Amino acid sequence: MILFELIDFDILRVMWWVLLGVLLIGFAVTDGFDMGVGALLPFVGKTDVERRMVLNTVGPVWEGNQVWFILGGGAIFAAWPPLYAVSFSGFYLAMFAVLAALILRPVGFTYRSKRDSQSWRNGWDWALFVGGAAPALLFGVAVGNVLLGVPFYLTEDLMPMYDGNFFMKFIGLLRPFAIVSGVVSLSMLLMHGAAWLTLKTEGPVQMRARTIGTYAGIVAALAYALAGVWLAFGVDGFRIVSDVAANGPSNPLYSEVARGGSWIEAYSIRPWIVIAPIMGFVGIAMAVLGLRAGREVSTLLWSKLAITGIISSVGLTMFPFILPSIVDPNSSLTVWDSSSSHQTLFVMLVAAVIFVPLILAYTAWVYKVLWGKVTEDDVTSGHSY
Amino acid sequence: MEIDVVELSRLQFAMTAMYHFLFVPLTLGLSVLVAIMETVYVMTNRPVWRQMTKFWGTLFGINFVLGVATGITMEFQFGMNWSYYSHYVGDIFGAPLAIEGLMAFFLEATFVGLFFFGWDKLSKRAHMVVTWMVAIGSNFSALWILIANGWMQNPVGSQFNPDSMRMEMTSFFEVMFNEVAQAKFVHTVSAGYVTAAVFVLGVSAWYLLKGRHVELARRSIAVAATFGLASALSVVVLGDESGYSASHTQKMKLAAIEGMWETHDAPASFTLVGFPDKEARETHYALEIPWVMGLIGTRSLTQQIPGINDLVDQAEEKIRNGLIAYDALMTIRTERASTPDEVRATFEAHSEDLGFALLLKRYVDDPRTATEEQIKTAAADTIPGVASLFWAFRLMVGLGFSFIAVMAYFAFMASFRGMRFPRWALWLGVIIIPTPWLAAELGWFVAEFGRQPWTVDGVLPTALSVSHLSVADLLITLAGFVTLYTVLFIIEMGLMLKYIRKGPYEDVEETETWMARHEDRLRANDDKGPFAPEPAE
Repeated sequence: MILFELIDFDILRVMWWVLLGVLLIGFAVTDGFDMGVGALLPFVGKTDVERRMVLNTVGPVWEGNQVWFILGGGAIFAAWPPLYAVSFSGFYLAMFAVLAALILRPVGFTYRSKRDSQSWRNGWDWALFVGGAAPALLFGVAVGNVLLGVPFYLTEDLMPMYDGNFFMKFIGLLRPFAIVSGVVSLSMLLMHGAAWLTLKTEGPVQMRARTIGTYAGIVAALAYALAGVWLAFGVDGFRIVSDVAANGPSNPLYSEVARGGSWIEAYSIRPWIVIAPIMGFVGIAMAVLGLRAGREVSTLLWSKLAITGIISSVGLTMFPFILPSIVDPNSSLTVWDSSSSHQTLFVMLVAAVIFVPLILAYTAWVYKVLWGKVTEDDVTSGHSY
Repeated sequence: MEIDVVELSRLQFAMTAMYHFLFVPLTLGLSVLVAIMETVYVMTNRPVWRQMTKFWGTLFGINFVLGVATGITMEFQFGMNWSYYSHYVGDIFGAPLAIEGLMAFFLEATFVGLFFFGWDKLSKRAHMVVTWMVAIGSNFSALWILIANGWMQNPVGSQFNPDSMRMEMTSFFEVMFNEVAQAKFVHTVSAGYVTAAVFVLGVSAWYLLKGRHVELARRSIAVAATFGLASALSVVVLGDESGYSASHTQKMKLAAIEGMWETHDAPASFTLVGFPDKEARETHYALEIPWVMGLIGTRSLTQQIPGINDLVDQAEEKIRNGLIAYDALMTIRTERASTPDEVRATFEAHSEDLGFALLLKRYVDDPRTATEEQIKTAAADTIPGVASLFWAFRLMVGLGFSFIAVMAYFAFMASFRGMRFPRWALWLGVIIIPTPWLAAELGWFVAEFGRQPWTVDGVLPTALSVSHLSVADLLITLAGFVTLYTVLFIIEMGLMLKYIRKGPYEDVEETETWMARHEDRLRANDDKGPFAPEPAE
C-alpha cells in the first residue's frame, strides 16, 4: 500500500503527538470531572440523598468518559509503542495503584445504591473517593517524573530496563517536584469536579461545591506557578545533540541526547507556546471567579480551558521529548524516534478521522438528552443510582 | 512450576484474562437479547416485554460494569508485564486495540448510561436505538480484540524491521481480514450468545419452578431458546472453521489437540479419547474414528496433517534458518546505516524464521553460540502441553454439542408443546447455568495455551516477552489482583442473586393475578420434586 505515503512520516509523527495531547486533554476534561466529583463526594454530600444526587450527576456519563482513559492507553500502544512499553512497566506499582483505583470506581458508581445498608454505602463512598483522588494525584506525579526524567535505559535489542528495586518504583516516584505537580493535577480536577457539580446540582450541595472549588482553584494556580518556577530554575532539561532524523526509523538509540540547560529554553525557541500557561492561569482565574459569581455553564468551560492549557504546557515545553531518561539520555524517547511505523500511523489517523467526529457527535447528543439539574426527585424515583 | 518473572507474568495474565472473560460473554449475548426484547416491546407495545427489557437490563448492568472494570487491566497489562512484547509487536497489535476503543468502547459506554437513565428522557423508539447501540458496540469490541488475538495466532501482514528492532505492519487489510481472526470472532460472539441464552433460560426456569413471574419467564425462555439454538449451532460450525484454519496456520496446536505424534496417511483418524503422554510421545489407549480428522482438518481425503514429531523436526530446521537471520541482524544492529547490502539481503531472506532463533534465548544469551543439544531442546520446546489441550478441547466440544441439544429441546417445547416444560427439564435449565462459562474458558485455554511457547506464533517466544521486573513486583500486583478480584466477585454474585431473587419488581400485580388463577396446580406441584411428571405451566 503506497497510500500512506500521502502524508510524510515526520508530519504524521507530529500529528500523533498532537493527537496524544488531544486524548489526554479529552480524558482530563471528561473523566476529570468524574474523578473530581468522586474525590469531592464525602465532602459535598452529607446525607444519603445528597450523595446520591452527586453520584447521579455523573451516573449516566462516567462510563463513556472513562473510555478516554482506555483509548489513551490503546492509542499510546498503537502510535507510541516504546512509550507504552517503557512507561507502564517503569511506573509499575504506581500503574497498579491507578488501575486498582479505576477498577473500584465503576463498580462503586453502579453498586453503591443497590443495597440499603448504611455501611455498604459508606464503604463505596470512600472507595469512590479513593478512585477519584488517587488517580488524579498519581497522574500529576507521573507527569512530574517525566519532566524530571525517568531512570530507564534500552538495551541494544530495545528491551526497556529499569534502575532501582520495586520499593523505588513507587516511593522513588515521590520526588518533591513530582509531588508539586501531583498537587496541580489533583486540585485542578477538584476544581473541575466542583464546576460540574455547580452546573448539575442546587442547594447545599452546590454551595459546598462552590466553596471547595474556589479553594481548589487557588491551590491549583499557586502550585502551577510554583511548578513553573521550579522547572525554570531547579530542573535539568534535555536536548538532542545529534542531527535530528525526523523521518528516520523508530529507534531511540539512533540519536544522541544530552541532559542540561533548562526546559524553559523552549520558550525562547518557540515564544508562541507561552499561550499554553496563559490559558492555564486565565482559565483557573475565570473559573474561580465564575464559582464565586454563581455562573454555571461558563465556569465549566473556563475550567476546561484551564486543563487544556496546563496539559498543553507540559507537552509544548518538552517537545520533541516524550519520555527522557536520566540514567542513559540516549535512550530518551522523542517524537522522532519512538513512534509506530509510517503505515500504522497513517492507518490509525484514518481511523481517528472517521471515528473521533462520530464519537464527539453522539457524546454531545447524550449530554444534551441528560441536560439539566439532578434533583432530589430524580434520585428518589426509579431510574438512578 | 518454578517461580520466575515469566511464569508469574503468565499466571497473572491467565488469571486476569480468564476473570475478565467471566463477564464478557454475558455482556455480548445479553446486550443482544435485551435489544431483541425491547424491539418486541416497541413493535407490540405489550408491557411484559418492557418489563423483560428492564429486568434483564438490570442484570446486564451488574455484569457489564465488571466487564468494563476488569477490561481496564487487560488494556494496560501488556505495557506493565509484557513490555518487550509491547515494543516488539505494538506496531501491529496496538492498532486493533486502539480502533476497538474508537469504534466500540465509546459506543457501548456512552450509550449504556442512557440505557439505564434514559427511560424517562427518550421516546420508545429512541431508547430502543440506544439499546441496539450498546449491543453493537459490545460486539464490535469483540471483533477488534479478536483481530488482535488472531494476529498473535497467525501473524500475517507484517515483517521484522531490523532498524527499529521490531515487527512492523505491511498490510493492515491482511491483519484485519486474517482468516483466523474472522473465524474466532464469530465463534466467540456466538459463544457469548449461548452463554446469555443459557443464563436467561436458567433464571427463567427457576422462576417457573417457583411459580413466580411466569409471564416474563415463559417469554424469556422462548426468546432465549430460539436465539440460543441458532447461536449454539453457529459456535460449533465456526469452531470447525477455526480447526480448519489451524490445519494450515497452527499445525502444532492442532496436532497437540489431537495428541497426534506421528504423521499418518491421509485422511487421518480422529482420536475420540486417549491419554497423551509427552514423555513417551505417544497417546495411550487411543480410541480412533477413521477419516474424521482428515475431513475436519483439511476438508479433503488426500491431504496429510503433520504429526508432532515431524513438526519438531521442522522447528529445528527453522531454528537453524533463524540463526542465519539473527547473525545478520547483529551486524545490522552495530553497523546501522552502513550495513553492506548483502547482509541486509541475507537478513531479508531468512527473517521469517528469526523468531525460532529467539527460542534459544532461554538457554544462551547469544543464540549463535548454542550447542546442538540446546537447538534440539529448543525445537522440542515448541510442543505445548499436549494432554491438557487434548482434554480441554474435548470437554469444550462436548459442552458445545450439549448446548445444541438443550436449546433444541427448549425451543421445541416452547414452539410446539405450549411451553409445558416438565420439572426435570426446568431443573436441568437451572443446573447448567455455569456450563457455558466453563466452555468459554476452556476455549481460551486451548487457544492461548496451545500457542505456547509463543506469544506471537513463530515470531516472539513467551519467555522473551516479559518486562524487566522483579519477582517481588509481580507478587505484589498478583496479590493485589487476587484480593481485589475475589472481593469484587463475591460482591457481584451477591448482587446478581439479590436481583434475581427480587425479580422484576414492577410486575407484582401481574404475578399475583396469575398465581391466583393457577393456585391449585401450583400447590399440586409443591411436594413432588424435580422429576414429577406434571408440568409447571
